[in-house]
Amino acid sequence: MKIAIVDYGAGNLPSVERALRGLGADTERAVEPAQLAAAKAIVLPGVGHFAAFVAGLRERNLTEPLRAAFQAGVPILGICLGLQAMFASSEEAPGDKGLEFFPDVVRALPTNVKSPHIGWNQVRRTRESALLRGIPDDAYFYFAHSFAAPASAEPTVAACDHGFPFAAVIERGSLRGVQFHPEKSGETGAQVLRNFVESIQ
Amino acid sequence: MTLARRIIPCLDVDAGRVVKGIEFEGLRDMGDPAELGARYNREGADELVVLDISASVQGRATFLDTIRRVAEQLNIPLTAGGGIRKMEDGRAVLRAGADKVTVNTAAVERPELISELSQQFGAQAVVLSLDVKRKGDSWEAYTRGGRDATGLDAAKWAAEAVSRGAGEILVTSIDRDGTCSGFDCELTAKIAATVPVPVIASGGASTFEDFLAVFTDGRADAALAASIFHQETRSISALKKFLAERGVPIRMSR
Repeated sequence: MKIAIVDYGAGNLPSVERALRGLGADTERAVEPAQLAAAKAIVLPGVGHFAAFVAGLRERNLTEPLRAAFQAGVPILGICLGLQAMFASSEEAPGDKGLEFFPDVVRALPTNVKSPHIGWNQVRRTRESALLRGIPDDAYFYFAHSFAAPASAEPTVAACDHGFPFAAVIERGSLRGVQFHPEKSGETGAQVLRNFVESIQ
Repeated sequence: MTLARRIIPCLDVDAGRVVKGIEFEGLRDMGDPAELGARYNREGADELVVLDISASVQGRATFLDTIRRVAEQLNIPLTAGGGIRKMEDGRAVLRAGADKVTVNTAAVERPELISELSQQFGAQAVVLSLDVKRKGDSWEAYTRGGRDATGLDAAKWAAEAVSRGAGEILVTSIDRDGTCSGFDCELTAKIAATVPVPVIASGGASTFEDFLAVFTDGRADAALAASIFHQETRSISALKKFLAERGVPIRMSR
């Protein structure tokens, strides 16, 4: 099955693509609304600024096809900013709307901790997680971000602490999201992507 | 749940080859960057830094190709820099497969470069490379590979760079670089106390104890070294085991 990787004009697309192909997945870069409408599974990678991200989606007319895919139950995996974009909005760009799959607001990391949160950290499972299947509890994942969704958000299945407890992994229905970068998280990250790829086959 | 301290091998690259500066001898060839990168990825490196130290135009042209070749070998973050003068240089490096870009000389000359890169790619993608020499009780920032004094106080310049959007500071002690006398822990502690972003210590690493000291006394979030890892005399996995046994939060590979 082909996985559509959303190309919104920036982001770490090649490394995500390489990681998925390394697992034997068939991928295509989605730049057209029609590609998303036909997609059987979607990966939404992202780095950079929330405003640039949602503007990139909007300018390419990809926002509504993503919402339609969500409504239709198409599996979607959001990575880093891709996870944040699934929420209503972000403190990083107060005037901009996210994809609004979830009502929470993405928050800035507080000033009493180092920000960006950069490096390898562990996560705490709060519910059973399909993405973390087969991964030990003390495993490390690579994070690089200054904003995060609160762990109190309904779809959170694993949390991480940096200034406040934030959503490290979200899962609900066909939606998946990780705040860390699985494509940069060594063998552990490869297992997360493998779990996603296997879940859609 | 703890944020692990990072061990970061660095590849100094000239015209597509990893090199090491040897006193009175010039540059010694240390191998192929993609091969060394793959080895460090396998041995448990937490990140890799690739620096273009070539002085020639031809050397520059091959650097993007080197980044591409190295990135293909990695499933850990890659930072690249050396000679980044403008926004488009940064974009090219990130497009080639790097996750972060380091800036030094051009950022001193035109600090707006940091703001521009940060606004476009995010603070997590912008690393200020700070080369410093001790000057009495403080430290002075240098550019052009440590040749030119800037007159800037290192800590003040680091703070300005962060306010402009740098997401990490890579601080290299020129005094210690290549001396094998250990990191300048006072320097890294000073920078770490000044800026609210992660600090990567560099320059002078020789023994495992040097790394322990920079993570404790030096308050560093990450430690970078080049030649001590290249020669296989001290492996990254042995270093990480040493640090973990002494209570430093470390990601052990499986």
